[in-house]
Amino acid sequence: MTEAQLPFLDREHALVLLKEMLRIRAFEDRCAELYSASKIRGFLHLYNGEEAIAVGVMQSLTAADAVLATYREHGHALARGLSMRSIMAELLGKVSGCCRGRGGSMHLFDASRRFYGGNAIVGGGLPLAVGLALAEKLQKGPGIAVCFFGEGAMAEGEFHESMNLAALWRLPVLFVCENNYYAMGTALARSEAQIDLVTKAASYAMPAESVDGMDVIAVEAAARRIIAGIRSTQTPAFLEARTYRLRAHSMYDPQLYRSKDEVREWEQRGPLISFTTRLKGAGVLTEKDFQDLKAAAEAEVEDAVRFAEDAPLESVEDLTRFVYTEVRP
Amino acid sequence: MSGELGVGMTTYRDAARQGLRAALLADPRVFLMGEDVGKYGGCFAVSKGLLQEFGEERIRDTPLSESAFVGAGIGAALGGMRPIVEIMTVNFSLLALDQILNNAATLSHMSGGQCSVPLVIRMATGAGRQVAAQHSHSLEGWYSHIPGLRILAPATIDDVAGMLAPALKCPDPVLIFEHMGLYNLEGPLTAAADHVDIDHAAIRRPGRDVTLITYGASLYKCLEAATILAQQNIEAEVIDLRTLRPLDDATFVESVKRTHRAVIVDEGWRSAGLAAEIGMRLVEQAFYDLDAPVQRVCTEEVPIPYAQHMEQAALPSVERIVAAVAGLLPHGR
Amino acid sequence: MAVEFLMPSLGPDMESGTLVEWRVKPGDVVKRGNVIALVETSKGVIDVEVFTDGTVLKLLVEPGTTVPVGAPLAELSGTATEAPPRSEGPAATPAPAAAALHAETREAAHPVRPGFKASPAARAKALALGIALEGLTGSGPDGAITLDDVARQAASVTAPPTLRDVVAKAMSRSKREIPHYYLSLTCDFTASQAWLERHNAAASVVERILPAALFVAAVAKAARALPGFNGYYGDRGFTQAEAVHVGMAIALRGGRLVAPALLDADRKTAPTLMAELRDLTARVRSGHMRGSEMSQATITVTSLGEEGVDVVLPVIHPPQVAIVGVGSIVVRPWVVGGVVSAAPVVTLSLAADHRVTDGRTGARFLAHIRDALQTPETL
Repeated sequence: MTEAQLPFLDREHALVLLKEMLRIRAFEDRCAELYSASKIRGFLHLYNGEEAIAVGVMQSLTAADAVLATYREHGHALARGLSMRSIMAELLGKVSGCCRGRGGSMHLFDASRRFYGGNAIVGGGLPLAVGLALAEKLQKGPGIAVCFFGEGAMAEGEFHESMNLAALWRLPVLFVCENNYYAMGTALARSEAQIDLVTKAASYAMPAESVDGMDVIAVEAAARRIIAGIRSTQTPAFLEARTYRLRAHSMYDPQLYRSKDEVREWEQRGPLISFTTRLKGAGVLTEKDFQDLKAAAEAEVEDAVRFAEDAPLESVEDLTRFVYTEVRP
Repeated sequence: MSGELGVGMTTYRDAARQGLRAALLADPRVFLMGEDVGKYGGCFAVSKGLLQEFGEERIRDTPLSESAFVGAGIGAALGGMRPIVEIMTVNFSLLALDQILNNAATLSHMSGGQCSVPLVIRMATGAGRQVAAQHSHSLEGWYSHIPGLRILAPATIDDVAGMLAPALKCPDPVLIFEHMGLYNLEGPLTAAADHVDIDHAAIRRPGRDVTLITYGASLYKCLEAATILAQQNIEAEVIDLRTLRPLDDATFVESVKRTHRAVIVDEGWRSAGLAAEIGMRLVEQAFYDLDAPVQRVCTEEVPIPYAQHMEQAALPSVERIVAAVAGLLPHGR
Repeated sequence: MAVEFLMPSLGPDMESGTLVEWRVKPGDVVKRGNVIALVETSKGVIDVEVFTDGTVLKLLVEPGTTVPVGAPLAELSGTATEAPPRSEGPAATPAPAAAALHAETREAAHPVRPGFKASPAARAKALALGIALEGLTGSGPDGAITLDDVARQAASVTAPPTLRDVVAKAMSRSKREIPHYYLSLTCDFTASQAWLERHNAAASVVERILPAALFVAAVAKAARALPGFNGYYGDRGFTQAEAVHVGMAIALRGGRLVAPALLDADRKTAPTLMAELRDLTARVRSGHMRGSEMSQATITVTSLGEEGVDVVLPVIHPPQVAIVGVGSIVVRPWVVGGVVSAAPVVTLSLAADHRVTDGRTGARFLAHIRDALQTPETL
């Protein structure tokens, strides 16, 4: 793919993509540190290595679109525009968090940005995406629904049910499969008879294609094209983004299922390294630019940590609030 | 909705349809989806004719994908619609349990109050039609265990017609359990159906000696038992819970404080069931007013068998209710 | 400041009383000691005094209503000066219904044996009414005692207990708790009889003195001299009474019996005591006793002389510690100075509480009475 085929890709936009990925990487690395220090508890699933997918896809979305993600969704939330402060405060269980500390790492929500989680049941968000798209269709709204999930979800019944329903009812949904090759510790070939995910998805009578999920430009380009199609036809599509998580599944994972060599190999193909190298090669990024962006991202993370640490805890008296909506018409 | 339901002799089935029709007419955000709700006219013929009147967009036949269409209902509710999802029977709702429990019930609290789910799920429940173990569950008690859900059990024609409107107004997920055995029930639809509330239990028959606490189709068994008991000078008060979650404790506790005796009649299994919950609330809130042990008449702890005599033996019966009351008043009144 | 006028405790076994009549109405000014109401008890209709100076604000209970001891009957303005006396004396225990409804306290009061079945509602009702569940027959499931069973018991308890019940309770308690000892002494009644005949010959019918007045006077004098026989035995042991109030058993129509007290009998002469005895008998029989008369006896005299009995071996009325029995006055051979002659004699007996006195003191007590009867003009 040449730059000529990417009219959107000027220097300014390239730096935006880099900045977004650096923000996610800096955030995730700091989370690992805070988890080790017991500041963040529970389950923590980091997005290192997969940043290009969230950042690339999100470029084509508008405020009218609905986004659903998995429990590895810090990157999606940041790319969707949730403030780093509100996310970090959520991870520290503070009332200033985006969900008042009730959701934690796996359940980040921001209704104002139509970011509907943060779903910790594999495949659980797919039917919701279908419903959000149905609502758009019935209300003749401009939005589509984008649903991120891992390749592990493609073994769930909800994947098949949701793909079918979206295609059957011709709903504007983009199904984005982040194929990092391991469902926790189970390699794709150990759980799926058909490991060609595009073939599998295509059987639901919708456009399906695959993209290099380590290449943010490729992801953005594919997403732009597919999303434009979804908007014009009001029908769903499937995009597989092949990627690799550079950290363990969660913080409590000795990674017995993959070799260190394999991880090292993927690290060299990581989205930040490849994109930075490419931009430098094209003469649009200097080392100083890179260091400035990295420093800015780290500063933002430090600010978020300070904010989160200073933030108050929710009063226990409010424990049972919001089980039911407080104002009933 | 005032006046929309119409008044006159009808059946539970037709009253349910009138409720649906009124809801579809009242709010363009309302639509119905589920298995065979359209062309087929609904497994129990509740939605018969609605496809013709409201069209494919608003009466949506779904594939046999309970999880997807219930989840889609949740998503559509998040997206501003007021979906009514029909799950053919409670038995199949288990295939959607993840969506109901992990999404519908949690999203509001988990998101810190940002995401309400104004979804209504209707399903048929109950046994008594010789459809055997997999089609005879009464799991409304199970669902009543879950914070975040509202559980309704309309037992009367007015309730099945009138509960839908307030359920749709409710910003949280509401599950409505319609007992299969009631669809052919005949009776009047009254003007009261236009003003049904979904917060309070109803005293269907006042009485002084014992309170029968029940819901759904068991209401009629309790009323029949009360008639028999009255011939023995035992006046049973019959309470129709109507809403199984949140439970209206006040009504049944107040009643038992007057009658001092309680028998809970629940088509669910006894162990860890709704009847146990009600009994415990009585112990907590009316202990010093109890003049006899709280009794339960529940379904025997077996998968419901096919053969009619076996099925009937498993279910709560008028005879068992009368016997339970008699046990509380060994010397009569 | 408003004060409540409560159903008084008029006797150790009184649990409730029925208001018969109000003698006041709202707005009336009352003084301490005024009789403001008539209350029917198991022992008869009793005039109830007020212990407060003030004005009647409100009558809380309608005539005909039965309420437990300690329940408010009326509201008065003014300040309470003194609580009504209780026959239990200084060691009085609170009346059951007036006690706080403390589950633990009451459970202790009505211990329930293991396996005993009563419904929670029945227990709560029994607690509120001060009814013991033990011994009730249950009509509920598994024979459990139910609300109805308690209600039936309450109805029977609320109805005034029979004389037999009252006597049974007091006498059982006496025999259970009091180690009695008994002494008797037969004495010459010649001097007393001569004095009575002289006095009565000159007196009008209403002024005539009966032997009972002499016995009361003599017992009162003895009780003053030997205070170990005059007082109450309670939780804290014996408390000597300041005054000598002699209880006197009086038979009522219908076979009922009461023992109101002749107050301060040691400071009164026989003619005065006789007049009071007459008044008391009349009032008792017409149903107008004062509460203080009903509850204040410090020692009792019981006479079965009219029944032809030689010796009475009486049972002490708790919480008193002594009772003097008087047999028939009969003419018997009597030896004086080695000469046998016919003389009127009477056998006095004493039942006394061995925790307080012993036989030697008891002998002196009887001797004191005997000696007093030899000089009736001093009585």
